[in-house]
Amino acid sequence: MAVKVRIPTPLMKLTDNKSEVSAEGSTISDIFNDLEAQFSGIKDRICEENGSPRRFINIYVNEEDIRFLDGEKTAVKEGDEISIIPAIAGGTR
Amino acid sequence: MDFTDEQIERYSRHIMLPEVGGVGQIKMLEAKVLLIGAGGLGSPAAYYLAAAGIGNLGIVDFDVVDLSNLQRQIIHSTERIGMLKTESAKKTIEALNPDVKVTLFNEKLTADNILRIFEGYDYILDGTDNFATRYLINDACVMTGKTNIHGSIFRFEGQATVFQPKVGPCYRCLYPEPPPPGLVPNCQEGGVLGVLAGVIGNLQVVETLKLILGQGNTLVGSLLIYDALNTEFRKLKLKRDSNCPVCSDNPTITELIDYEEFCGLSR
Repeated sequence: MAVKVRIPTPLMKLTDNKSEVSAEGSTISDIFNDLEAQFSGIKDRICEENGSPRRFINIYVNEEDIRFLDGEKTAVKEGDEISIIPAIAGGTR
Repeated sequence: MDFTDEQIERYSRHIMLPEVGGVGQIKMLEAKVLLIGAGGLGSPAAYYLAAAGIGNLGIVDFDVVDLSNLQRQIIHSTERIGMLKTESAKKTIEALNPDVKVTLFNEKLTADNILRIFEGYDYILDGTDNFATRYLINDACVMTGKTNIHGSIFRFEGQATVFQPKVGPCYRCLYPEPPPPGLVPNCQEGGVLGVLAGVIGNLQVVETLKLILGQGNTLVGSLLIYDALNTEFRKLKLKRDSNCPVCSDNPTITELIDYEEFCGLSR
């Protein structure tokens, strides 16, 4: 099943500067693996070695944070929108 | 308090709004807002908070105005290069609205001075540029029960939310840990579209004014993402983490810590 994945600015270097890509899979884990197959190195930026998202990056299925669903086992369906939202700190300088 | 004729004229476009009125304008004139950083986010925020008639504005910054700031830090000006940002901001605010009492804190915010600086303010507008200060502000806000109006920007993308202790999540519920140093570039390294600071800084002002007025729905429990390149706003749901080390019912962090160390920065 195809879902739309929103790529945050700091990771766009890995997706040929695309802010939106398509990925296949039935869970968030599948989506991470498909992203890695398309854009080598991206999974390592998003996930810890055990496959769960890093603590300064949140993954949302539509509006919902997967930490409050089933984590990386969260099911996704055709047409869902996945957002990868890292902490950013910029403001002053 | 009673309005002077000049104040009635100055704030007439506010006073005629049913959601503000004379009562709301008085709330704004009596409000106490602390701005952390008089930079990209803090400049537009300070400017519009002052225009709105926020009666007490504290500004924390230790930096001086630099030529490379002026692409987005509109409260400063070319002739003020080299001047303390706090002093420069105060000059602009006083020229705009003499109703605003400006208090300056020319110091770097640390675990040692934050509680003293926070005293007397109800709303904290976070416009800093680094993770260590953001976690420090978050923890101090949770510990003192102050509302934290959060904004951050990078290149063409911005985030804004409101962390209201015990009502909604805090910054640590959202991001339990900071990224390792060097992994996420700051604006100095990565660049930023100047006006993006205006969009996000002013969203922080809108939220602050609604909180003061008690009107509308705020970003408590929501993260607003603005993608300037694609002209898109997205609102994501934020929830309180029942295991949050700071704001849960059984916190494990009850005193301010060493935030430089927490963020993996050498001292």
